[in-house]
Amino acid sequence: MTDSTARVPALRRADLSEQRLKRRYAAEKRFRFYGLAAIFAALAILGLLIGTIVLNGHTAFVQTHLEIPVFLDPEVIDPEGNGDPGALRRADYQGLLKKSLRERFPDVSGRRDRIKLYGILSNGAGLDLRAEVQADPSIIGTNQTIWVKSSDDIDSLVKGYIDRDLPEGDRRVKDNEIAWIDALEADGGVEKQFNTTFFTAGDSREPEQAGIWGAAVGSFFTLMITLILSFPIGVLSAIYLEEFAPKNRWTDLIEVNINNLAAVPSIIFGLLGLAVFLGVFGFPRSAPLVGGMVLALMTLPTIIIAARAALKAVPPSIREAALGVGASRLQVVTHHVLPLALPGIMTGTIIGMAQALGETAPLLMIGMVAFIVDVPGGVTDPATVLPVQIFLWADAPERAFVEKTNGAIMVLLAFLILMNALAVLLRKRFERQW
Amino acid sequence: MDAVAEAEAPQTMLQNTPKMSTRRVNVYYGETKALKDVDLDIGENQVTSLIGPSGCGKSTYLRCLNRMNDVIDGCRVEGDITLDNVDIYRSGLDVVQLRARVGMVFQKPNPFPKSIYDNIAYGPRLHGLAETKADLDNIVEISLTRAGLWKEVKDRLLAPGTGLSGGQQQRLCIARAIAVNPEVILMDEPCSALDPIATARIEELIDELRQNFTIVIVTHSMQQAARVSQKTAFFHLGDLVEVSDTEQLFTNPRDQRTQGYITGRFG
Repeated sequence: MTDSTARVPALRRADLSEQRLKRRYAAEKRFRFYGLAAIFAALAILGLLIGTIVLNGHTAFVQTHLEIPVFLDPEVIDPEGNGDPGALRRADYQGLLKKSLRERFPDVSGRRDRIKLYGILSNGAGLDLRAEVQADPSIIGTNQTIWVKSSDDIDSLVKGYIDRDLPEGDRRVKDNEIAWIDALEADGGVEKQFNTTFFTAGDSREPEQAGIWGAAVGSFFTLMITLILSFPIGVLSAIYLEEFAPKNRWTDLIEVNINNLAAVPSIIFGLLGLAVFLGVFGFPRSAPLVGGMVLALMTLPTIIIAARAALKAVPPSIREAALGVGASRLQVVTHHVLPLALPGIMTGTIIGMAQALGETAPLLMIGMVAFIVDVPGGVTDPATVLPVQIFLWADAPERAFVEKTNGAIMVLLAFLILMNALAVLLRKRFERQW
Repeated sequence: MDAVAEAEAPQTMLQNTPKMSTRRVNVYYGETKALKDVDLDIGENQVTSLIGPSGCGKSTYLRCLNRMNDVIDGCRVEGDITLDNVDIYRSGLDVVQLRARVGMVFQKPNPFPKSIYDNIAYGPRLHGLAETKADLDNIVEISLTRAGLWKEVKDRLLAPGTGLSGGQQQRLCIARAIAVNPEVILMDEPCSALDPIATARIEELIDELRQNFTIVIVTHSMQQAARVSQKTAFFHLGDLVEVSDTEQLFTNPRDQRTQGYITGRFG
């Protein structure tokens, strides 16, 4: 009468099931192999990418310096002889260095060759010398040997990026320049030193004087604005939608639209910022303030979605327990749900910030792509950000900017990895078991 | 037979003035009617157990008594539910105050992921029941003692509540509920996640708590209902089929459905 007693006419043959078993094992083995192959392929590509960047970029962290013996002529530096800081600042240090070079290579004559000879030094070499003198004015009037930056072409030559075997016409560095450098090198006067400029200067047209500090500070200000705007708005939205809002067609609509916003191409947000923040409100162009606002718009959906997921992950039993002892709904949220969801919310926020840190397109729209030499001092100063700086350098024609580009990518990647590691750490540290 | 039931039912109610009473309570989840015209009185300092097959509405009924249904979307409650003859669904009544008077213990032990001390102290702090730290310490000790947990945890009050065993966690939850000094405690299958030994401890505890509190307990175990309660109500498909003194309900049920359920023919 009951189903359990009715037998299904079953065919159970040992040979067939043996075959099936073999096929199943084979399929499982194949599947594992495919999975492993996919992972190896992904890792190989990642390795290739990072390898290329490091290979091209590691030389950005050193800079060729030339040792120049120089007489710090008081007539040039401090004609009044009173140590006036203004005079010390204005003096023609580059001229002193040029004079030393003339003395070092006395047989170089003719205007054209002289200019070539001066060209082995960076335009900023005089600044290196000025810094020495300003640090210790007592050296005025003495003979000193100091290390100054070489020009970017000489830097490339010393780093081996210029092929000496090419015909002279195809080379940026001519035979006589190579001869001078070789002569200096024979005296031990050529050295690759740690490139502090790269980490302390703003952008420059001269590769050897260009640094990422301006872009890093710009990124910092921009991200600050993004965080200040998007974190509270995002978290409050998420809490309201998840804990208080009724579930009806309106909230469904809002939810769908938040998910859609997360998928909107970032450049659209840039256009919006251009039209609204710059066009309507007249905020300053190229400023971290506007960049941060645009990136906040872009990051909001990410934060809201992550925060809602984190709130949803707090078991309802905790809410019931708190309600059961007489907590109001707000108290339930502030005392229990929010603290438990906070690690998840923070993780989502950091991921969103990392996204914002790597974003370029929307910032191009609001003018953060401008060539800015000064390090920004506030959120309304013109600034650029790390990824835009990379974009700018990648576009520059000089050979020496290739390594700067890769070096800046390495710095950006380091920041991103740091932020993601922080997110993972937070998650691990505050993970809870129910 | 129905006539007999109606004649006898008021008699049992009159033995105690009811602490809570419900009249013509209907509950809807959206379009579905989960409870149909439930009339039930909860006697003071008594244990009332609610039994019935899954989905019969006993938990829904229990959650009406401290308005925990309020937070469920699409849930609607009709009818009169009174606590000390005051309607708890009247407008202007503060739900938080109500839940301080009608506490609740849930099916799955759900201590806050905080220390044992903070678990108990949370309610009193919320309602301002303690003026000083000493008062609060006192409340914590008394609550834990009453829940039979003090001896086991007094040396590790600052350890997380979630680190206790299941049975200890459930007693912690009971201690948390009694810390705000409620008049009624609702228990929704408090032992269903516990082993028999922990269950026995909780049952003992319920019997002790009866001296000071009015208790309503939902249970799937008829033996448990028989052991701990003085009055038992049998729910079936949203109807309150039968309510009477526990002994009578189990030995001499008036309704056929009750008979069928307690003898294990369905459910």
